[in-house]
Amino acid sequence: MRRLAIDRAKRLLFGSFLSSSQSSLAPGPSSSCFPFSPFSSEAAMSLSKFPPITVETINPKVKKCEYAVRGEIVSHAQRLQQELQTKPGSHPFEEILYCNIGNPQALGQQPITFFREVLALCNYPALLDRDETHALFSSDAIAKAWEILDLIPDRATGAYSHSQGIKGLREAIAVGIAERDGFPAKADDIFLTDGASPAVHMMMQLLIRSEEDGILCPIPQYPLYSASIALHGGCLVPYYLDEAKGWGLEIFELKKQLQAARTQNICVRALVVINPGNPTGQVLSEENQKEIVEFCRNEGLVLLADEVYQENIYADNKKFNSFKKISRSMGYSGDDLSLVSFQSVSKGYYGECGKRGGYMEVTGLSPDVKEQIYKVASVNLCSNISGQILASLVMNPPKVGDESYESYIAERDEILSSLARRAKALEDAFNSLEGVTCNKAEGAMYLFPRLHLPQKAIKAAEAVKTAPDAYYAHRLLDATGIVVVPGSGFGQVPGTWHIRSTILPQEDKIPAILSRLKAFHEAFMDEFRD
Amino acid sequence: MTPKPLDYESLNENVKKVAYAVRGELYLRAAELQKEGKKIIFTNVGNPHALGQKPLTFPRQVVALCQAPFLLDDPNVGLLFPADAISRARHYLSMTSGGLGAYSDSRGLPGIRKEVADFIGKRDGYPSDPELIFLTDGASKGVMQILNTIIRDENDGILVPVPQYPLYSATISLYGGSLVPYFLEEEANWGLDFYNIRQSVAAARSRGITVRAMVIINPGNPTGQCLSEANIRELLEFCFQENLVLLADEVYQQNIYQDERPFVSARKILFDMGPPMSKEVQLVSFHTVSKGYWGECGQRGGYFEMTNLPSQTVDEIYKVASISLSPNVPGQIFLGLMVNPPKPGDISYLKFVQESKAVLESLRRRAQIMTDGFNSCRNVVCNFTEGAMYSFPQIRLPPKAIEAARKAGKAPDVFYCLGLLEATGISTVPGSGFGQKEGVLHLRTTILPAEEDMPAIMASFRKFNDEFMEQYENCRGYSRM
Repeated sequence: MRRLAIDRAKRLLFGSFLSSSQSSLAPGPSSSCFPFSPFSSEAAMSLSKFPPITVETINPKVKKCEYAVRGEIVSHAQRLQQELQTKPGSHPFEEILYCNIGNPQALGQQPITFFREVLALCNYPALLDRDETHALFSSDAIAKAWEILDLIPDRATGAYSHSQGIKGLREAIAVGIAERDGFPAKADDIFLTDGASPAVHMMMQLLIRSEEDGILCPIPQYPLYSASIALHGGCLVPYYLDEAKGWGLEIFELKKQLQAARTQNICVRALVVINPGNPTGQVLSEENQKEIVEFCRNEGLVLLADEVYQENIYADNKKFNSFKKISRSMGYSGDDLSLVSFQSVSKGYYGECGKRGGYMEVTGLSPDVKEQIYKVASVNLCSNISGQILASLVMNPPKVGDESYESYIAERDEILSSLARRAKALEDAFNSLEGVTCNKAEGAMYLFPRLHLPQKAIKAAEAVKTAPDAYYAHRLLDATGIVVVPGSGFGQVPGTWHIRSTILPQEDKIPAILSRLKAFHEAFMDEFRD
Repeated sequence: MTPKPLDYESLNENVKKVAYAVRGELYLRAAELQKEGKKIIFTNVGNPHALGQKPLTFPRQVVALCQAPFLLDDPNVGLLFPADAISRARHYLSMTSGGLGAYSDSRGLPGIRKEVADFIGKRDGYPSDPELIFLTDGASKGVMQILNTIIRDENDGILVPVPQYPLYSATISLYGGSLVPYFLEEEANWGLDFYNIRQSVAAARSRGITVRAMVIINPGNPTGQCLSEANIRELLEFCFQENLVLLADEVYQQNIYQDERPFVSARKILFDMGPPMSKEVQLVSFHTVSKGYWGECGQRGGYFEMTNLPSQTVDEIYKVASISLSPNVPGQIFLGLMVNPPKPGDISYLKFVQESKAVLESLRRRAQIMTDGFNSCRNVVCNFTEGAMYSFPQIRLPPKAIEAARKAGKAPDVFYCLGLLEATGISTVPGSGFGQKEGVLHLRTTILPAEEDMPAIMASFRKFNDEFMEQYENCRGYSRM
């Protein structure tokens, strides 16, 4: 270390000598204008130096942010997966079951045929000129492809589009929003993005000026929010969802946390609400939503409404209402509430994660702010066209009477009813385990059971410097191949432990998963029971 | 009246500082005029397909099959698709777990990263590690990710060429860093002047800036110059001496219009130089499917390759990539196809080569037509477009024109470009959007309009220019201020 320090000191001196000697050099015509002879250059090269980019010198905000969904547990799983390939039989399971991430098609869910037909035709429009195409594609998919291509200047699907996304597609989405809500939407308010996540990042970028700017986030939350806030140097102001009340959102909790933040001189700028919730799955009641709208108006907050699971509702007594709809139904116009609503093609019954399609609808922000959003969007030119097309299809699916309607509805309903069945089966299974309580998944794609772990287990975790839920998750993985995310990745009331599992493995795999889970848990409790 | 929770005043200052002229004032005005029914020729952005360039057939066939895998099971699929497209679609689908609709590895599908590594290995003659290649939704996202990793605060400086592609200046503003300019020498064919570069660095350091990285765009944008091996060698030596990471934007590597200086990657030169340089100089190289002869801008496919970055740093970059889950899978497949195109003997090979050559040869011709067209105007000097997709002529304006611009509240090049737009419908980007020496004016146009339209476009430009000069010229001739 000392030698390194000496060398570094030498280099710093050398460096400053280099820069101070510049003025004494005559401007040289040649571009290879080294201030010293080749011999000295060699001397320079022989000094050891720290490379410019090391983990010590990178942006500390990068180091600070965390994203558990693809964190440590996944690296562990990938190692095991490798071992399964190179040494079959080395583990008490045959495959890794990734229940860590809402990635339906990776677990066997099929895409909606109609959507893929249209995308394929838009990708390779030459097909539309061939007679044979009619034998392979439904006629309404062909018609839809023509319709979409006509919205794209010169039908050039390989060109950068308008930075908010192709105008005609935004208009189609606006129509879809209006049909969903019963209130109009404007193409100009829509920004198509590579998935909903980049749109969230954009809003955090706009809102966060310094570490004194706070964003209210639900705990537990989807860690895109905590990561994005950290990355942009802001302050996450937590508000706790009430596990005892089905992960309910209480306004007095929002007010309490807001006040607490303000007394710390945090300027709270926005409220994130995830509805349906992730990881918690709760669907907000209309009453609740109205209270939230009033809260944001009264406190001068931008409402960031993550509504990507709007088509994943499993509770019979619950319905999705967009915050836009709620606020309009309360009589509030665009100017009365600053609202950014996020939607994605990754979830719902379409599950097209890999396409990276999504949008934010921005209402109640002034034109000069929207200009700035446009400007930031333009630096990246535009989002991928295929994803844009898919977003417009998702918001405008086949209608009654369309040729593809019957098959589309059958595919959709099968996926949704299967998701509801799996949500119930897994919820019941978790609840049947000793020391585990699990709230119902009213919506979304996850279960977030609470683990009431025995003291011995907690001590065992502490001994290996791991959070107890992470310890449980790693043990579960080693025993069963099932990958879940420790609750600490989402935030939880201190002293409580959870895991998040998706409900996505195919139905025929569920019995095996449940029995392995049960066997593991019983053995774990036998080992650690107080 | 209560202020809104988010109004212009309370926006993140860094956002306000961002400027991105490529889709700025000129473009917005052009879009307005287009709405009013005026015919606009958009030469503001390198967007080949928007100006009539057709996509290559084979990749579109493959990706269409990947989008709709049920086609592969249909007995009639061979009527619509050649056998090699069909087998290639199966090949890419087999790399995925669940097809195009599943998030891939946050770094991109391992199979495609391997194809990229193989391509780099063949291109450069040195092996490349797929683990150090990250696929991104376009090269721009990769650039932003890397700069976000490097920039800690306003004391971190990034050396950026002037003129530059304003993604760099915009991103540095957004992330709160400092742009340290180094001027390319227009009279020396936009060449590098290391004396000048060292002065810039010294000046920055004396202001307390830690210069962390150096951006090089090769072939250049907007300037089009292709670096020689000797140039790249000097750059690498400079980075080694000054302890900078080299950020090599090589997205135009397929767009080369002269034979004296073919494309050579920074990585190849680095490894040619051997240790200690090859083991110590840090380098990040960027590439894309948006340019070249592919022009698939709308797919958002790109990658960056890291050389000599410590593994912990790579892990941090991976972590940030994972927050956005994964790059879009169709874009990844386009990238795979670009680095692993049809080979001699493949059914689609001849057509693929024919289509590719046609594009490149036409671009080469258009580069010449445009350069000559600009140079035929007496007040315009234009370096030849050796590579990339742009022409960046220097426009010399008389004092009266400068004065008129000032009265109109516009920078002189903006004033000129707006006039050009109103008169001819040609939508360009003023040189100030890219940076230029004080008092020296340029505009950037692309060489992308269809070849058959080029003569008319250049004639139209010349007519506007000559009329403009007549209007503002006086007997004292023109001045460069």
